[in-house]
Amino acid sequence: MSGRKNDRLAGVRAFFAVIWRNPMSRVGFLILLVFLLMAVFGPMLIPELKSDYANRLQPPSREHWLGTDLAGKDTFLQLVLGSRNVLLVAAYAGLFAVLIAAVVGIVSGLQGGVVDQVLMLFTNVVLTMPSFPVTMILSMVIRITDPLVFGLVLSLWSWAGLAKAIRSQVLSLKHREFIEASRLLGISKLNIIRYDILPNLVSYIAVNFISIMKGAITSSVGLMILGLVPFQGNHWGVMIQVALSQTGALMGSASMVYFLAPVVCLMLFQLGCYFFANGLDEALNPRLRA
Amino acid sequence: MFLVIQNMPGNPVETLAAEISRTENLEMELAIAKAKSILNYDPDIPIMQRLLNYLAGVLRGNLGESMAYHKPVVDLVLGALPWTLLVLTVSLTLSFSVGVIAGIFIAWKRKRWLNALLNVWQSIFGSIPDYIVAYLLIFIFAVRLGWLPARGPYSAEVTPGFNAAFIGSVVRHAILPVMAYFLTTVANWTIGMRANAIGVLGEDYVAYATARGLPQKRILIHYVGRNSILPMITSLAISFGFMFGGSPLIENLFIYPGVGYYLNKAIARRDYPLMQGMYFIMIVVVVLSGLLAERLYVVLNPRLRER
Repeated sequence: MSGRKNDRLAGVRAFFAVIWRNPMSRVGFLILLVFLLMAVFGPMLIPELKSDYANRLQPPSREHWLGTDLAGKDTFLQLVLGSRNVLLVAAYAGLFAVLIAAVVGIVSGLQGGVVDQVLMLFTNVVLTMPSFPVTMILSMVIRITDPLVFGLVLSLWSWAGLAKAIRSQVLSLKHREFIEASRLLGISKLNIIRYDILPNLVSYIAVNFISIMKGAITSSVGLMILGLVPFQGNHWGVMIQVALSQTGALMGSASMVYFLAPVVCLMLFQLGCYFFANGLDEALNPRLRA
Repeated sequence: MFLVIQNMPGNPVETLAAEISRTENLEMELAIAKAKSILNYDPDIPIMQRLLNYLAGVLRGNLGESMAYHKPVVDLVLGALPWTLLVLTVSLTLSFSVGVIAGIFIAWKRKRWLNALLNVWQSIFGSIPDYIVAYLLIFIFAVRLGWLPARGPYSAEVTPGFNAAFIGSVVRHAILPVMAYFLTTVANWTIGMRANAIGVLGEDYVAYATARGLPQKRILIHYVGRNSILPMITSLAISFGFMFGGSPLIENLFIYPGVGYYLNKAIARRDYPLMQGMYFIMIVVVVLSGLLAERLYVVLNPRLRER
């Protein structure tokens, strides 16, 4: 047992070594790490923000690093507080989407026949309908109150492409020798999935997890800007929406900083995801390694 | 055609489900819904029946009547569609052709700084959502510089019709939305095309063509271009669908009366018939664009041509 544990540890170390070696994924990793730390520890260190109408829409100063919003709250602290929900929503969305996609893809690929046809029909229907409008409608039907539900709503329409890709990977794996061998040995289907199929899909799933997360952030902020999500709490999308709808950030008023700060953060985060996913692809995919 | 038939029924069910839970949630809505039952809209009959009614209506060109605008949905849909199609086709054509040409050029030149430039561009515009790009464009070109109008499809002074003032105004109003799409998508095409072109450049027939002493231009266009463009055609339809899906945000921002704008309005006002209508047309257009891309693929690929 301990032997396997050591193996795994070595595997993890090798994994990070590969990520570190690639400059692109190193940068991405560092960016994501900063945001992760911010999301985990930020809210612990910062007390509840209080409105302070005497100091509203202040430009950046030593006291308020990025100025204040229209209620006099510190922009920088709001950014830090918001990062937790941004990450949570995105991670939940990625997680659910990957789960649905993996189940649909693997079952469809392994089972074949009618099950495959029905599942693929369903997948194609989902794939054909543009996801953002559907998410708009879903967000109206389902009452979004916390990051978990929000993530679920976002994931409901973003798994189809991955499911198809996983299915075709499973199909190509299905008749390789090592899986045929496992089957002949009488190993159960669940164990074949667990030990033979999943390890071969992990890299693919990991890369897609990141890109689904990226998409989820884009559409979550989009939904917030349209005002369709009555999300209570700190989130960069809420900041952008408030900046645009209530302070006229576009007209170049003092609140420009308040608008730009979350936008820049969003950009950095997306950039981190993009770099990390690129590097991850190389790190986990032996064929791409030079 | 197979896909068309299969995808249409899913949509009204989806929206109808949305309606049902809405009406169950809100008592007020129920009363209003009763009044609207005259509009071929009755929550009491079973969902399949309603779906059939709706589909029958669709076949007769009747999509119901908008609750908020008090107009037939068909009129609204047909009024909105041209605007969305205008912006989307122009920006897609633009970004596709620029991307394809730039991709071949970069693959052919193999200059280090060109690749670096492309990567930087993609990193930046691949990570900002297109609606944020649109905001920034409005801020820079409409608010700060005042060069271009930021809202509406054309200015109020011109009369719609086939005259120079109207067309000029439409073009000026379309520039910023098109730019927003173009800036965010062009790098994808360039990168895809570069990868394909590099692959094709390594093929034997290109080496042979060079050996035969054919002019560089001919090799690039006829040998490399045509062969590396093929895999891109299929992504055209996907990209079109994706842009269509993003249109609620962009059109809302520019107050551009396209499909996305009305869809957004319909959702905000709980205008179910309008919602269904806009959704319906979205799916029809996306599916049609898929079929069109397939046709284009056959036309461009000599291997699939019938002898």
